[in-house]
Amino acid sequence: MNELLWYFSRATGVISMVLLTTTLVLGMTLSGRRSARPATSTVVAGLHRWLGLGMVVFVVGHVTTAIVETYVSIGPLSALVPFTAGYQPLWVGLGTIAFDILLAVAVTSALRHRISERVWRGVHLASYLLWPTALVHGFLLGTSDQPLLRLVTVACGVVGMLAVSWRIQATHHDREHRRSVTAQGWS
Amino acid sequence: MPASREQATRVAVDRVACTGHGVCAALLPRQITLDEWGYPIVAAADDPAVDVEAAVRLCPARALRPSRAPRQ
Ligand code: SF4
Repeated sequence: MNELLWYFSRATGVISMVLLTTTLVLGMTLSGRRSARPATSTVVAGLHRWLGLGMVVFVVGHVTTAIVETYVSIGPLSALVPFTAGYQPLWVGLGTIAFDILLAVAVTSALRHRISERVWRGVHLASYLLWPTALVHGFLLGTSDQPLLRLVTVACGVVGMLAVSWRIQATHHDREHRRSVTAQGWS
Repeated sequence: MPASREQATRVAVDRVACTGHGVCAALLPRQITLDEWGYPIVAAADDPAVDVEAAVRLCPARALRPSRAPRQ
């Protein structure tokens, strides 16, 4: 039973990592896209929202089983307060930080149309911190001794970094246009 | 959720916030078409309230608000 929980915790952890990376990539395409067909944007926006919120279920499963199983000592406090676990406090703590950020991002996004844009945006920007934190946590704890799982983590890292760097250099097509129009000056 | 929200069959667009993703046009084909730059043109027509709700949640720029058809 205990062993089963341990495997379940690992599996949900890996699934969460893949979902998180997918959500990140979708978010990057959404905010950095130049021009896309309305249907495409709609599918991307929908997937970004529902995968991001759906991921919480897997992460809660991951955290719960990690606490319940007794193979390693991680207490309930470690779900929310970082660096309190008896087992690998530092690396488990990174997971805790990622979990806290995820909860904040998920709650503000679920309520996005009811709260102020500034609050939502401020919290949502923390996703840039959430992703690498979760990945390092996953790499060092769950997957570093398993070649296949390590490959999944590294692939997530590469894909995510490509998406973020694409996002950084992408500008809105209209913004470029506006800039070039302003540069022409008045005649 | 207040009743007025659920019954909203139209949207109002915040033109300053809108970034022209066109999600609204895909979800609310009756009242929204896109101009040649991809920005919404709103017509006086109703779409199902569930679609209005979905569009308000999914607009990437949060530029949509539910609104009700004006009284005749
Ligand atoms: S979905 Fe939002 S951002 Fe996109 S065109 Fe409609 S109002 Fe503008």
